[in-house]
Amino acid sequence: MPEHGSEPTPRQPAGSRLWHSLARPGRGQVIAAVILFVVGLGGAMQIRITNTDDAYTNARREDLIQILDGLGSESRRLESEIADLQQTRTTLEGGADSRRVAEEESQRRLSELSILAGTVGARGPGIRMRITDPGQKVTASVLVDAVQEMRDAGAEAIEFNDSVRVVASTWFSSDGTTLVADDKRLQRPITMEVIGDPHSLEEAARFRGGLVSEISGPRIGGAVSIERLAQVEITSLHSQAENQYARPASAAPTPR
Amino acid sequence: MLPLIGLLVGIVVGLLLEPTLPLALQPYLPIAIVAALDALFGAFRAYLEGVFSDRVFVISFISNVLIAALIVWVGDQIGVGSQLSTAVVVVLGIRIFTNAAAIRRQLFHA
Repeated sequence: MPEHGSEPTPRQPAGSRLWHSLARPGRGQVIAAVILFVVGLGGAMQIRITNTDDAYTNARREDLIQILDGLGSESRRLESEIADLQQTRTTLEGGADSRRVAEEESQRRLSELSILAGTVGARGPGIRMRITDPGQKVTASVLVDAVQEMRDAGAEAIEFNDSVRVVASTWFSSDGTTLVADDKRLQRPITMEVIGDPHSLEEAARFRGGLVSEISGPRIGGAVSIERLAQVEITSLHSQAENQYARPASAAPTPR
Repeated sequence: MLPLIGLLVGIVVGLLLEPTLPLALQPYLPIAIVAALDALFGAFRAYLEGVFSDRVFVISFISNVLIAALIVWVGDQIGVGSQLSTAVVVVLGIRIFTNAAAIRRQLFHA
């Protein structure tokens, strides 16, 4: 190494030459330092790339193609899964829809039947009929006739004296001059409130030989006054006792 | 002492400034680093044997790095890039071990 004048002679032992050069750096050391700087820089860069960047930065083209291929098939699989799930959702929505329709239908039937069974109040157009019989000669059968006439005329809800709701099982009896309906005494004068078409109801009461003529006739000698009302309110309820013997024979057939 | 300081400064600068290599060159950086390590071990061995020449060192360093990168680049072009980079790493690794053994003999006489 002739260009390193200050360096020890080459034949000195390696260890002592190392120690000597630590104390007195030469041109070669500066060059080595520069090159090691470059190596350190590159190493740090590479380590950072390997650690932080995702795995795709250094991947080769074939690897990338393979990864892309895998992603493509994965996305196709997921798309078909999405289609399946959307179909399931459509099916379920349709099911929920028909279920909702059935629910509305049964709700409607429930309110109709509740009025029929007298378990809910009712209101609507109708008539109020007031029967006065000073001779107290109106009998239970007259009342049954009256109810029958009203039902024939399309009455949907009938109430006596704001207290007795007429349902399928309602009965009338007379105990001497006292009238009883469903175990309740009917005070005179009797007021009958009927919901239905007011015109038909009134005609049904007034036709010749009908209810009005019977009551106002010479046998009973009473009087009937009828008012048509745009709004009749029936608030009395019939309390339905649980059937002791009768049970539904089978589920109602589903209409098709 | 100066080379060690240079190495440390390089690592620190690389970590702090976070310089980025162009994307096209990034696949060749690991191979270049292995080649540079081989050149460094060779230089250290030559230094310990008393035949160190800074000119030879600079030329061998640059040519090592360039040839390694070139081999891998050619391999990438003809479709055997990963195999060729493995070959380069193996060959350079063998050389590094040989140099390390020589250094060990020089320093510890064993």
